[in-house]
Amino acid sequence: MSDIRVQHSNWSSRIGTTIVVIAFFALAAAPWWAERADLRLLAEIYAYVALASLWNLLAGYAGLVSVGQQAYVGLGAYLLFGLAMLAGVHPLVAIPVAGVAAAIISVPVAALMFRLRGHYFAIGTWVMAEVFRLLAAQTSALGGGSGTSLPASLVISIASSRQMREFLMYWIALAQMVAILFAIFWLLRSRYGLALTAIRDNELGARSNGIDVMLIKYAVYVAVAFGTAMVGALIFLQKIRISPDTAFSVNDWTAFVIFITVIGGIGRVEGPIIGTVIFFLLRQSLADLGAIYLLILGVVAIAVMLKAPKGLWGLIADRFGWQVFPLQRRLVMRKR
Amino acid sequence: MEWLNTILQGILLGGLYAMFAAGLSLIFGVMRLVNIAHGDLIVLAAYIALVTVQALGINPILSLVLVVPVMAAIGYGLQRGLLNRTLGDDLLPPLLVTFGLSVIIQNGLLELFTADSVKLDAGTVEIESIAVGGGLAIGVLPLIQFALAVAVIAGLQWLFYRTALGRAFRATSDDQPVAQLMGLNNAHVFGLAMALSLAIVAVAGVLLAVRANFDPAIGPARLIFGFEAVIIGGLGSMWGTLAGGIILGVAQAIGAQLDPGWNLLAGHIAFLVVLALRPEGLFPKVDRMS
Repeated sequence: MSDIRVQHSNWSSRIGTTIVVIAFFALAAAPWWAERADLRLLAEIYAYVALASLWNLLAGYAGLVSVGQQAYVGLGAYLLFGLAMLAGVHPLVAIPVAGVAAAIISVPVAALMFRLRGHYFAIGTWVMAEVFRLLAAQTSALGGGSGTSLPASLVISIASSRQMREFLMYWIALAQMVAILFAIFWLLRSRYGLALTAIRDNELGARSNGIDVMLIKYAVYVAVAFGTAMVGALIFLQKIRISPDTAFSVNDWTAFVIFITVIGGIGRVEGPIIGTVIFFLLRQSLADLGAIYLLILGVVAIAVMLKAPKGLWGLIADRFGWQVFPLQRRLVMRKR
Repeated sequence: MEWLNTILQGILLGGLYAMFAAGLSLIFGVMRLVNIAHGDLIVLAAYIALVTVQALGINPILSLVLVVPVMAAIGYGLQRGLLNRTLGDDLLPPLLVTFGLSVIIQNGLLELFTADSVKLDAGTVEIESIAVGGGLAIGVLPLIQFALAVAVIAGLQWLFYRTALGRAFRATSDDQPVAQLMGLNNAHVFGLAMALSLAIVAVAGVLLAVRANFDPAIGPARLIFGFEAVIIGGLGSMWGTLAGGIILGVAQAIGAQLDPGWNLLAGHIAFLVVLALRPEGLFPKVDRMS
């Protein structure tokens, strides 16, 4: 007799998970050891890890290559400002409410966008983001084309002292990123994750094995809209100021996010995290270059796409068999 | 009468949109590639025209003699050197590489020419117009643009169905491996298709530069207009693309007439309505070049 079971972890994922847990506690304690500017930078990094992980789920796993995710960053941000300024909802409560509202809006949007096949889906999502941006610019209650700022009374309602406010926002940003990463991890470990991985590897094969590919893609699109909108809401709650051009910026919320994921490694959970670290290292050292910096990023992304389509983490993982998160499935047979 | 004028202007504008769309739909038809950098290439052509006009002191329309072959050469080189490597079953590489290209062109132009908007001056032809009765007048320049658009579409139609090159395009579009077996060099055919696409882009870019102010950041919106014209008209139909461009142009003109803020929005809404009610487009021709 032998019994067969599925093993997820290996030696590298045990080391990896330990490092991740230690890093989490160190980062959670950052208000005690980091400067104010560092806290702000870290919160920005968390937002990009979250956005890139969500885009990776959408494009890398579900095969839905969207170049219009700024639609949901901006939508979440505008919903937060609308809820807080016009409906009197507490700003922190407004974050999840904005997420839910964006998810509801994404349902008919997805129905429309899924009519466009493959490549044309990508540009279709961009049109949708433009529609949202133009509608935001028409919303005079939120400042129209020039945007608006959150009133001081609302900012104070988050926490009375400035320091407490900054700490609180930092922890929420960290918690949001961890929650999104954990949700993606949990999804990929479930049977739906197996279906998603099958879709990633071969859509036709997945369909012939009885997977309802359309339904799973639909669910992923809506779930990613939910997460992206909450990240967007928090980003602009930290900025306090909003305008259609910044909230629906294709450079900030899509180009950077795509480059991060491609350079780090698309279709792997670790990719967006590695990519974000590289992106911020590059940015800190090349930021003075202005437009040239974006140009270099574009060249690097194209080079990676052609020479190492699985990204940096893909190279490492294939070479050494490493994984940070216990996600692989290996059949283990044991004789009794 | 005011409305008639609005619609007329929209129709003439639609010719330009059809030209944005023609190059896009050509390469999608031949090699299933959606070029996200298409709009930025239009702007690149406009800047090449600007440099040519400034260096030689010629009329912008005349600069086409130089800009068209330069853009075609860029297209052939781009396809053979870069884009051919991205083609395959996977959607991601071509999308991401052309997206990267879009960012590179935009920021390269920004670095070279700054963010200030510029315009090409075509001389007195810009203000001339023809009275068509009832107080309506058509500008000579928009009319030339529209005529050029119709000529480009008609030329493409002829090339596709009446020439050996067109047969090669249709063959690779239908079945790449078999086309190769029949002795076609697919890599070369794709290079020629991109060269032709960017030749059309060159014409569109020069017309755009004469028509209105432009700056390095306006590329993506041109891509979106072209894309909307393709989808409204129906995939694979050249004359449908012209109709799609006209519908988009008229929708934008009517929107702008109602409220200046509704200019672009009205065009997007027309696109979304077509997508919702007739996702295959208004004049689809799915059997060929789809």
